[in-house]
Amino acid sequence: MNIPLEQILIQTINGVVTGMILALVSSGLTLIFGIMDVVNFAHGELFMLGAYVGVLTLAATGSFWLALISATIVIAVLGALIYVTTLRPLLGRDPLTTILATFGISLILQNYALWQFGPVARKIGEPISGHFTLFYLDYPWYRVVIALISAALLGAVWLFLKFGTWGVWIRATTQDRVMAQAMGIPVPRVLLTVFAIGAGMAGASGVLFGPLTAIDHAMGLDWILRVFIVVVVGGMGNLAGSVVAAIFISLLEAYAALWVSPAQAVIVSFVVLILTLLFRPTGLFATAVR
Amino acid sequence: MHAGENEPEASPLLDVDGIHSFYGKSHILQGVSLWVGRGEVVALLGRNGVGKSTTLKTIMGLVQPSQGRISFEGEPVTGLPVHRLARRGIGYVPEERRIFHLLTVGENLRTGLDRPGITKPKRRELLDKIFEFFPVLAERRNQAGGTLSGGEQQMLAIARAMMLEPKIILLDEPTEGLMPRMVAQIREIIARLCGERVAVLLVEQNVPLTLEAAARVYILEKGAVRHHAPAASLRADPAPIHRYMGIGA
Repeated sequence: MNIPLEQILIQTINGVVTGMILALVSSGLTLIFGIMDVVNFAHGELFMLGAYVGVLTLAATGSFWLALISATIVIAVLGALIYVTTLRPLLGRDPLTTILATFGISLILQNYALWQFGPVARKIGEPISGHFTLFYLDYPWYRVVIALISAALLGAVWLFLKFGTWGVWIRATTQDRVMAQAMGIPVPRVLLTVFAIGAGMAGASGVLFGPLTAIDHAMGLDWILRVFIVVVVGGMGNLAGSVVAAIFISLLEAYAALWVSPAQAVIVSFVVLILTLLFRPTGLFATAVR
Repeated sequence: MHAGENEPEASPLLDVDGIHSFYGKSHILQGVSLWVGRGEVVALLGRNGVGKSTTLKTIMGLVQPSQGRISFEGEPVTGLPVHRLARRGIGYVPEERRIFHLLTVGENLRTGLDRPGITKPKRRELLDKIFEFFPVLAERRNQAGGTLSGGEQQMLAIARAMMLEPKIILLDEPTEGLMPRMVAQIREIIARLCGERVAVLLVEQNVPLTLEAAARVYILEKGAVRHHAPAASLRADPAPIHRYMGIGA
């Protein structure tokens, strides 16, 4: 069956746009795992709560951009609180302990959202309306803006990690937590900061994606599975790998949607996950030395 | 250097008193006591597995003692977090170097250099001093630490610890796996540290280097200090070394 070139190009753009948001959410998770070996099952709920904070801020101020900033900050603070109260006491124990703890937090946050906001889905309006003609489609400008903002945020995180004192501290702690302490790096504060940054990135993603979906208490569940696939395929703890894997997987799903329904196209992600685990279990882009 | 032959000076820089450490149920250190004066090089000798590295790790806070007391500059430091001990002036160069492989040489140095209170002129001064000590690190400044040779990594590990402006450096087997030329270079570095009034607590398997570099030597066996003497007396009479280490000096 011949697929018109325009459809392939449209799906390419869709894949890149979705991939950039997936990259933003996944990068937070991979940062957290890379530095403290914690698989945060509550990451999807941080994404969901970020969207809800966006809804509330938008209702109060009418500003999408304030909603984005406030969600980032509020969810970063929430992440820090979760880390201090629940995860820090469990660091160094059996990994199953932290998995179960974050799973428990995930359930608590989901039910909190259901209780607080009810079952009816909310919506965030697009900050930039309007479309441009992409072949035969009226393609919304906002989808392009999301990709650019996500890229900008990821770029900012990369610059933060690459240059500056905290970036060196974070990268050193990721590689060797013991020696980082022996070099005077305040590792407890570094771990807290990274968890907050990862949470903040998830919160920001929730607001950015808000205009494209229905915001409800189960929103995080839809994303967390794909986020974990991206993190595994990209190499756990590998920020650049997560970005590449997110775009790669989103593109594959977008192309698969040309033949099957979008719900079935998701199967492609699981196929990639299984192949990665079989042939390169450390991830496609895992570094040789952490 | 110190008043009496083996008596601690009035206020030693580092004073370790009766520490016991465990790995799980294994009782590794059984009442180790030692002291190090300012600017002094003191060595720990002993066979493999007697607790030499564990002694350094306990001092550094990486292993918490179940009993005993550690004082630094007259202040009790037992139980302090590792990063606070480092900032107080205890540098640590572990066995296997453990440099940050994915960070460049410059970034490895920054892990010790980037701390509160360091002004730009001070940073420049410390870096210039390190690059004067270790010219090869200046050449490899933008190279990833993992691409350096073994000897260069050892130099980087020592340089990195020196960025903390330590008053004492805990040096664990710095010559392991190095060729003779590098061993001689390590010997010179230890002498220069001593000249800069930086104390060194040295764990080594290389007995000749140890007796040449150190002022005093503690010999450990089965987690306890069995012999303590000036290095000069052990050079003159190596019987204790033969007895506890089963080798000639």
